[in-house]
Amino acid sequence: MKKTKFLIATAILGIATFVAIAADHIDAPAVQGGTSDITDFYAFQGENTSNIAFVANIQGLLGSGSDTQNAAFDENVMIEFNIDNTGDNVEDLVIQAIARDGKMYVFGPTAPVQTGLNSTIVSNTANQVVVDITPYGQSAIVASSGGMMAFAGPRDDPFFMDFAQYGQIIGGNAASFNNPGTDTFAGSNVLSIVVEVPKSMIGGSGTINTWVESKRRQ
Amino acid sequence: MKLNNIKLFAVAILVTMTAYNCSNDDDNNGGPTGPDFSGTYAQQDQMGRPAVNTVFVSSGMKDTFNTTVPSQQNASFQAMFENNLTALSPAYANPGDANALGLDAPTFTGLLATDVLNVSLDGETTFFNPNTGATLTGRALADDVITIELLLIFGGEDFTENPGLSNDNVDANDKPFLTSFPYLASPW
Repeated sequence: MKKTKFLIATAILGIATFVAIAADHIDAPAVQGGTSDITDFYAFQGENTSNIAFVANIQGLLGSGSDTQNAAFDENVMIEFNIDNTGDNVEDLVIQAIARDGKMYVFGPTAPVQTGLNSTIVSNTANQVVVDITPYGQSAIVASSGGMMAFAGPRDDPFFMDFAQYGQIIGGNAASFNNPGTDTFAGSNVLSIVVEVPKSMIGGSGTINTWVESKRRQ
Repeated sequence: MKLNNIKLFAVAILVTMTAYNCSNDDDNNGGPTGPDFSGTYAQQDQMGRPAVNTVFVSSGMKDTFNTTVPSQQNASFQAMFENNLTALSPAYANPGDANALGLDAPTFTGLLATDVLNVSLDGETTFFNPNTGATLTGRALADDVITIELLLIFGGEDFTENPGLSNDNVDANDKPFLTSFPYLASPW
């Protein structure tokens, strides 16, 4: 039964692949439609202006209802926010998030054991917070610890774009966008991880370079 | 099964409390059994600025781009970005053509090829705010990043070129964002 559902979901995602590829949704063959497919990344000053919030969205184009209900964080996929605060585009700090048994464990900001494509989880860092993954249909569950806040669960996809018309233009079938345009991502959900940390934990002042990665257990 | 869950839950709480109490002695790797965080995790996807891989990386190279560390992306991808930009946009057709940031094709693609998001720790964080002039100081949820990128790709020196290609005319999300954490709207 579960397998059937999975196959149907895969088929739907396969069809969706032809429809929408934007921001970073379904951006590359190896990850598209899978549990490690990053759809979007945001970093902005929090409501408390001493903080920065990081948002990683994965598994995009989830429809309302069972499609979102059945989506889950993969326990073999770690989401890693990378922070360079020395200007060389190499991470000095990471924030790692990984699901275990209904909870999202967030480790960092902390120095990585090693930089680059392969990572181990720094589970012994003093900066950590654990939050229950918010079930679909329930109010957002937020946990905080040591000035950090964390959330994990399904959310409305915050991305908006007339991607369908962009595809028509790129495909040579249209010469311009429509006005008004149509938001291709309206009514669709993503799985979100939101982590807010004090600026003092990531450099304090100046400019950081930041990016998000998905990494799968080998 | 249920008993197992309860046991796991209890262990998780124990581990959390232990870790919390031992913040001065946190290398307790031989401690009680908690969730297993061991192993090596290898990269599959990555992202800095919106839509960069989608727009500027040629098909066939997208997985490679996702597994190239940012510090090496410029050397590996800038030339491809420049070729794809000039093929895509008539706004860079003539020598000396630039966008509204004053960046010509080599400079603009040199910026974009290193796919990281620059974030200010000193104030406003936005991809571009036409009212304050703040540029590339972060990415807020409400930022109309696609129109900003379309303007920088197609809009020419003063955002007036190729008007039909410079705005997708979708300016906001379909649900309002929250002012407080976690900021994103509840799912549909």
